Amino acid sequence: MQQPHEIIFAGFGGQGILSMGQIIAYAAMIEGKEVSWMPSYGPEMRGGTANCIVIVSPVRISSPIITRFDSAIVLNQPSLDKFEPAVKPGGLILYEKSSIIKEPSRNDVEVLAIPALEEAQKLNKKQVANMILLGAFLEKRPLVNYDNILKALKKVLPERHHHLIPLNEQALLLGKQIATAENMTV
Amino acid sequence: MESKAIEKEARLMKGNEALAEAAIRAKIDAYFGYPITPQSEILEYFSREMPNRGGIVLQAESEVASINMIYGAAGAGARVMTSSSGPGISLMQEGLSYIASAQLPCLVVNVSRGGPGLGTIQPSQGDYLQATKGGGHGDYHVIVLAPASVQEMADFVFDAFRLAEKYRNPAMILTDGALGQMMEKVILPEEGSLPKKTPEWATTGKPKWRERNIITSLFIQPEEMEKINLALQKKYELLKQEVRYEEFQTSDAEVVLVAFGLSARICQKVVELGREKGIRIGLTRPITLYPFPEKIINRLAKKIDFFLVVEMNAGQMLEDVKLSVNGICPVHFKGRMGGMIPSPEEVLEEVEMLLEKHSISHDMEVK
Repeated sequence: MQQPHEIIFAGFGGQGILSMGQIIAYAAMIEGKEVSWMPSYGPEMRGGTANCIVIVSPVRISSPIITRFDSAIVLNQPSLDKFEPAVKPGGLILYEKSSIIKEPSRNDVEVLAIPALEEAQKLNKKQVANMILLGAFLEKRPLVNYDNILKALKKVLPERHHHLIPLNEQALLLGKQIATAENMTV
Repeated sequence: MESKAIEKEARLMKGNEALAEAAIRAKIDAYFGYPITPQSEILEYFSREMPNRGGIVLQAESEVASINMIYGAAGAGARVMTSSSGPGISLMQEGLSYIASAQLPCLVVNVSRGGPGLGTIQPSQGDYLQATKGGGHGDYHVIVLAPASVQEMADFVFDAFRLAEKYRNPAMILTDGALGQMMEKVILPEEGSLPKKTPEWATTGKPKWRERNIITSLFIQPEEMEKINLALQKKYELLKQEVRYEEFQTSDAEVVLVAFGLSARICQKVVELGREKGIRIGLTRPITLYPFPEKIINRLAKKIDFFLVVEMNAGQMLEDVKLSVNGICPVHFKGRMGGMIPSPEEVLEEVEMLLEKHSISHDMEVK
């Protein structure tokens, strides 16, 4: 990894946006990389949308607040509208399929729709949709070692939820598989 | 191997939490505070951790009460701190003036938000003048440190207490909501590595072998009050030896940005982007806002084309930069207010616009 990777995670509050970012940040830190995790904590969060910017870098990170991203992981329409233009050419937009009505129109970026909610419901736990997306993202952009993601999961998930770790791991793997299958069809 | 070592020591923490953990490791005796966004995690962290690790944590009935509890505890020789954000810090100004006059060490943390008034909870640097010029009544200053990373949020707690106790003066960490809320890798200072002893001036009761100690800020005789003022001014003069700043790529720069805290992080990116375009640009970041690094600014002024001061306010540190430059070269300003954060791109645009104005040729050969 020679270049910093700049990611925006965006959606509604409660979809696990902030934890997705934390897991990647934690895993990257375990690997000795520089990381920053910048949440939206302001009125926009109270209004329903939440986002966080994560930067993973081999070198010291300058600004933790940026306006152009290598990847956008999007879980609702307002976030797609807001961040689609902010993705750098050649970047990646990965979104939750059923949450988006108007698909991204850009053709200079890679676009991937993941039916994460539908798949999570099949696992009887719609809360792990974020982990399915995260798994898919890591398949597309292997920024960190998968084993370290599992370590990070233990750190980020509060102890009272540790019994859900196997389910989360299952969701991550499922996401990876969906993204691999997508690769085949494209 | 290296990553193993990092796994052991480094933690991913919010700025507010790293600051609170560092304070516990600095063995503070007490924290008095009142919750306000965006710094409530500090009080929350203390409430969770302090009961098991020693020290008093108390949620006061107001910020006015917090700062006066600090005054009392510091007078008794305790290592104490409080924290708040703009509106709460304003309420503390009377107490801070008393503490400065009584010459007591303590730490006040301001995790700033957009003002004036109740304003917004988004990050701001609008409290610079309040922090560096005294803030309350009378001729006094507090020592002001401005962290720009989660690491510094932790480290500066130790530095602030070291300075406050050395000079018997209140110290402030002036930071903002973004640095308080963001998570970064942090290696925490070692617990108990900050030496501590009860100072001889503390009001700890009267032993037979000395006169009683008195802590007061009331010196009703003007002759006496002037003496106190002269002593304070002498101390502030001495404080200048504690000036700290950081420089990025200023050695060959034609344009130098001056920014502190979060703005300095943004300006580092501006320097990176500008250098890619062949602009000879650098950054000076004051770390101590009081005492202000006036000498380095003055020295740079003689060899560059212009300064651009970048702040999240209407131009407050700008005044100190202008005083330091003293007319030697032009000083421009770019700011956002009310909780808005300037993007690296918009700052760079400003730089390019100014360069065009100053008609300085970009050195396009620089690769």
